[in-house]
This record gives sequence, structure tokens and C-alpha cells, in this order.
Amino acid sequence: MRGIVKSFGPVEVLKSVDMDIVAGEVHALAGENGAGKSTLMKVLQGVHPITSGTIEVAGQPVAIRTTADAERAGIGMVFQEFSLIPSMTVAQNIFLNREVRGKSGLVDDRAAEKAAREIFDGLGVTIDPKARVETLGTAYWQLVEIAKALAKNASVLVMDEPTASLAKHEVENLFELIDKLKSRGIAIVYISHRMDEIRRVADRITVLRDGRVVLAAGVAQLTAAEIIEAIIGRRLASDLVYRDRQLPADAPILLEATNIGSGRVLKSVSLTIRAGEIVGLAGLMGSGRTEFARVVAGMDRPTRGTLSIDGKLVRFNTPIAAQQAGIALIPEDRRDQGLVLDHSVSDNLALPVLDRVKSGAFLSMTKLRELTNQLVTRFGVKVADPYAPVSRLSGGNQQKVVVAKWINTRPRLLVMDEPTSGVDIGTKTEILDIVREFASEGNAVLFISSELPELLAVADRIIVFREGRSDRELPRDEVTSEEQLQLIIQGEAA
Amino acid sequence: MSSPTTATRPSLISQALTRFDWRSNVIYIAFVVVFILFAIFLSSDGFLSTNNMLNIVRQTATISIMAVAMTFVIATAEIDLSVGSIAGLASVVTAMATTQWGLVPGIIAGLLSGAAIGAINGGLVALLKVPSFLVTLGMLGLAAGLAQWITSSAPQPIGNPLYVQIFGGGDFGPIPGLLVWTVVAVAIGWIAMNRTSFGRRVLATGGNPTAAAYTGIRTARIKFTVLLLSGIAAAIAGMLYAGRLESGRFQWGQGDELTVIAAVILGGTSLFGGRGAIIGTLVGSLFMGLINNGLILAGLDVAQQSVVRGAIIIAAVALSRKK
Repeated sequence: MRGIVKSFGPVEVLKSVDMDIVAGEVHALAGENGAGKSTLMKVLQGVHPITSGTIEVAGQPVAIRTTADAERAGIGMVFQEFSLIPSMTVAQNIFLNREVRGKSGLVDDRAAEKAAREIFDGLGVTIDPKARVETLGTAYWQLVEIAKALAKNASVLVMDEPTASLAKHEVENLFELIDKLKSRGIAIVYISHRMDEIRRVADRITVLRDGRVVLAAGVAQLTAAEIIEAIIGRRLASDLVYRDRQLPADAPILLEATNIGSGRVLKSVSLTIRAGEIVGLAGLMGSGRTEFARVVAGMDRPTRGTLSIDGKLVRFNTPIAAQQAGIALIPEDRRDQGLVLDHSVSDNLALPVLDRVKSGAFLSMTKLRELTNQLVTRFGVKVADPYAPVSRLSGGNQQKVVVAKWINTRPRLLVMDEPTSGVDIGTKTEILDIVREFASEGNAVLFISSELPELLAVADRIIVFREGRSDRELPRDEVTSEEQLQLIIQGEAA
Repeated sequence: MSSPTTATRPSLISQALTRFDWRSNVIYIAFVVVFILFAIFLSSDGFLSTNNMLNIVRQTATISIMAVAMTFVIATAEIDLSVGSIAGLASVVTAMATTQWGLVPGIIAGLLSGAAIGAINGGLVALLKVPSFLVTLGMLGLAAGLAQWITSSAPQPIGNPLYVQIFGGGDFGPIPGLLVWTVVAVAIGWIAMNRTSFGRRVLATGGNPTAAAYTGIRTARIKFTVLLLSGIAAAIAGMLYAGRLESGRFQWGQGDELTVIAAVILGGTSLFGGRGAIIGTLVGSLFMGLINNGLILAGLDVAQQSVVRGAIIIAAVALSRKK
């Protein structure tokens, strides 16, 4: 790929990106969210046509404008979950839209099953081609995806965070499979945030930052610290600075979790949060951060361990029980889980506190208006018409509505899961200020984030999750740099 | 202390029970149970006679044909509420055209009326992305009104004996023509669903539209096609009504959409798309016919039949939800 430029309107997401992918190598692609990784891959996949630049496959220039073009060029994608039909069998999925036909012109499932079995044999895995995909575990979905791409004679396989939903032994199996594909001369583009994986499987690495290539080299010559430095870059001085909030040493413990475990991901988490404290949760995707938040908020029940509030054991069977105990969760996905998008700002704000805007048995429009005006002003929501659908607001303002909605329920512990994703820097600063103010009133905050600068700016204490456990606990003044924290998250530092 | 055999036996049984796919098989169990009950309690009313059995097939042929096409529509996670009205419209169009211009133009006109409405349904759903529930709900009223309007509410007799012979009135030797129609429709439907790329695309579109689109399937075209086919199948059903009852009437097929959808869902096709069971659909519609027939023989009046039928459908669907 040479000089790839991709703009969306006036915004250049990719600014002249060069990348060479050699047959039989694993090429890691790394970069922060928004660095242009997924756009680059969508270009290869034919979802977005390029604005300028050239793509050559085996020395021949190719135009990739549709997914069919990409397929013809031998580029296969291993999607995490999207491209299989759960209700169909493994063999039917592998040959979907390119069905194997018998002499009569009718679809021949037996032949497809045989062909699928041959592909799996070649990969050294055992999957029943007749099994419905929905009955298989996630690790198998991925293998079916790989088989589907191979059945199309793909010479380049793009894997986007392929280990995100895999258990540890499954990851090792995947790496062995990748080695096998390599030896067949298939090139693999491996997108990941995990340094240990990149160093385990990749031969070369390309790091993107702000739509440019900032590092392209053999992985063997690099240390994890060098790769992380390339990904992060030298930050511009920003508003995201930590302000020491002088927590009284005798502040009472509000929430205490002991050996909490739940489901497959969350193994054992122990932590305490004191009144007035902002505790940051750091960790890779799949480390159990979101799962822990769900347990605290009463969405999932823990299978092990105990939770206590103010020293008293609690057990939440429903999110409502957790809310009554003073816990509010600002969920990860605000469009799906945080807001009723088609409803107005006002209606969204009032939803958890409908009882407070009643007059007698009916909702009081006056009280509703008062509540809306008060919250919009207090949280600085920039909204032309609070009675228009919340979907018309920018991401940052939508998030402010979510934060306002929950803080208004007067919780004592606010759990925030990635509260600033997709939020511009100005609004991000404002949200962090709201969080600080909320905590200074004697409330506690559990702040989950993948964005280390903001974590360092807001948290008084940072707890690092690894593989479902609370691995390390770092008082803010022991963290000297973002790089150091990133190395701890990756498990590279002693 | 438990020996290994006693330890494994209960787990084997529970394994077999959990493996058993209630959703796709409940219809067969329900069919057999109801059949046996009717055979025991209604044998003196002639339930088991060959003639009565053939009657059930005759009365359900139109439902079965519409249900086979509806299976494709529901497998793409769409719905067609207009089939009953299309049947009524096609019955009068074909009767009027046969009287006016003769047999062949009559058949063509009937098929075209269904194809036209199916194409409008499909076009609105595929191109304008209007939910099929709304499009076909509107079309239900539109087609029924049209049929009543063009006939001024009057029945349209069919004098053509060959038409009556072909479309449901006659027998082929000892076999009722309507049985032949049913078997042909089910056979075509089964092959199309299970042995053609078209069937795969239908299931993929309903099972995961995003994945289907990424795989290069034109999901809008698939939705258009299934709604078009449903319109044509409904027209054939209407023409069979006209043949069996020797006239076209706007009332033919009225309310059939509910029976048809119930038959398809009972047969194991998922309302959420991605699954389509043609044989299940056939048994589902025979089950509906069986209940109708049994309740009439039992001497229940129309109101009572309606209550019992509704209860049986709810019970069967609830059972099929059991995991």
C-alpha cells in the first residue's frame, strides 16, 4: 500500500500511509483508538474506497471499491463476531453465497461438509461441519471465520483483536494456527493492543498515530517500551493534569469487594473505595473491568466473593437494589445502554427520577421543566431545545446528559465505564471536572478507562486488572508516567 | 456410594431431554396427540374415514400453499399480512377474466394480480425500507377493498369446467387435485429452502443481515423476492378457492393470514428469522385443519371453535418456546 489517503469530508483520517505486507509474515498493526487502524483495514476490505494512493497485490495495482473486489484480490477478514449466520451450520457458513453444487444444480451439503472438513484438517482443528454455529463457543466462531476466508483462497488475512474474547489456552491455540498459516505463505495483519501478543506472533510492526505511520520495523529489534512510546507519542500539554485532592486519611470505606468472581472472565477482584475517593480501573480489553462494574451495579450476580457497603454485606439481585443502595452505573455504550435516543433530553433526564416529578398521580410538567432547566444549567449541556430528541446532540453532550441523569439520582458511588469514549477533548475536561466535584462532596467514583491520560488526571488511586484479577494497586503519586502505567497494564514491568 | 452406572444414567436422560429440540419438534408431537384424541373421541362421527381425511387435506390446501411461501418471508425476518386479501382479490380477478376472455387469460390475470401486489409489498420493503408489517397491513385493507369494489360485492361465478377441474374442484384419478397442489407446493418449497443457493440467502438474510451483506448477499433483493413469491402463492391459493367453490368472491381468504402465520410458527420457523422449516409448515397447516375439522365434528359452534382453536395455538407456541 502506497500513499494511502482517506478523507471523510474535510477530515483526513489517513495521511499518506505506506504499508508492505509480505507473504508468510505476521504484520502487527498498532495505534491508539482513532489513530486510523480500523479505517486502514476498512479500506483494504472495500468498505471505504480510498481518496488517493495505490494498493498493489503481488505487484499488480488493484482497485478495491467493494467487498467483492477485496475478496477477488485475496484479502480475507476475520471478523470478531459479525460475519457468521448463527442459525446455519459451519459448512453452510463457510460456503455461504458460493454454495457447492451437485450435478443436478442443487446445493450439495455433503460435498460442502467434506470440503470444510478438509480445511479444518489442514488447520489441525476438529470442528463438526454439521454443527450449527450458534451451538459453538467463541473460539470456534473464529476458526470458522478463518476457514471461511481460506475457502475463498485468501492470501492476506486481517485479524482485528482476535484474542479479545478468547480464554488463555485458546489464545495459544490461535498462535499455533497462525504459525501454521504463515508456513503456508499466507500473510497475516494482526491488529492488537497487547504488547505480549505482538511480541509473541508478529514479525514486523507498523504503528499508526494520527493517520500517519510513526514506526515500521521488525518486532525483534524493539522493546515493549519503544513500541508503547511510538503509540503514545509525545503528548501535547493538555488540560488533563492531576490535581491532588487531599483526601482525609480517615475517610470511611464506602465499598469493599473481596475476591469477587463472576462468569468466565472475572476471577478474583478485591478492592476498597473510600468516601470522597476517585478510584481508577485500568486494564486491557477482557481483563474484567466491565464485568466487575456490572457486578457492583447489580446487573450480574457474583458467583464468588462478597461486596459490602459501609461495612455491611450486601447482595444485589437486581440493578434496582443496587440503585437503592446508592450505586449508579454509567454504562459503556451510551447509545444502547445509557439513553433512550429518540426521546428528548428532558425525558431522558427524568427517567430514573419519575417519582420526583410527580404531582399527585400524574407527572407534573412544571416540575419536569424545572428539573430539566436545573440539570442542563448545572452540567453545562449545550442543547438548543431540551425537548428535542437526544440523538441530535453531539457525543460529548449526550454523555453529559447521561452523567447528569445519574448524578441527579444522588448516588453515593458512581461507576463510570469508559465515560469519555467518543467525546471531544473540551467536553472530556468538563466531564472530569464534574466527576471531581461529585467526589469532593463526599461521594465515591469508580472510573474505568482505557485512556491513560485521563485516568492519570482524575484518579486518586489506580487499580490495574489483569486476566480477571485485581493485579496491582498504585497510589497516584507512585505512577510517574503514562509509559510506566502502560507497561504495568501490559504485564511487562516487574 | 453410587456405582458409575447409576451415576451416569440420570445424566444421560437429562442430556437427551436437553438435546431434544422442542422448538422444531413440538408440532409433530401436538399433531399426533390431537390426532389420537380426535380418533378416540370422534370416531363415531366419522373422523377416521378416508373421506374425512381427504376433506382435511382439501380444506387446508390453500393454507398450506400460502404457508410454504410465508415460511420464506418469515425466515428473512419479514412478515406478509396481506396474503388472505390477495387470495380474495385473485379469486375475483381470475373469475372475471375467465368469464370475459377464457381460461388462459383468466389464469394469467389471476397470477398477475398477486404478483403485482407482491411486487409492491416487496418494493416498498426493499427500496424504501418500510417495515413489512406496516406495508402488508396496509395492503391487507387495500387488496380486500379493491376486490370488493371491482365486483360491487357480488360473487363472480366461474362457468369454465376445465378451470374448476384444474383448480381444486376435480380429482386426478382417486387423488384429489388439491392434494396434488399441496404436494407440489411443499416439494418446490422444500427443495428451494434446503437445496438451492436462494434458500441459503434467505436464511442468511434473516439470520444475520449484516453478515449476509458482508458476504456479498443482496439482502434487499432477497426481501423483494420473498414478498413477490408470497403474493404469487397467495394468488394461486385464491384461484384454488375460486375453483373449489366455483366462484370468485372478495371474502375468500379473509382472515387466512393469521392461520397461515400460526401454521408457519407452529412448524418451527423462527419469527426472528434465520430458520425455515417447510415440512414443519406443512404439518402446522394440517394441524390447523385437523383442529377445525375435529371441532366441527364435535358439534361446537363457530364461537366455541374460535375459543378452543386460539387456546390450542397458544399452548403449542408456548411449548415450542420451552428450552
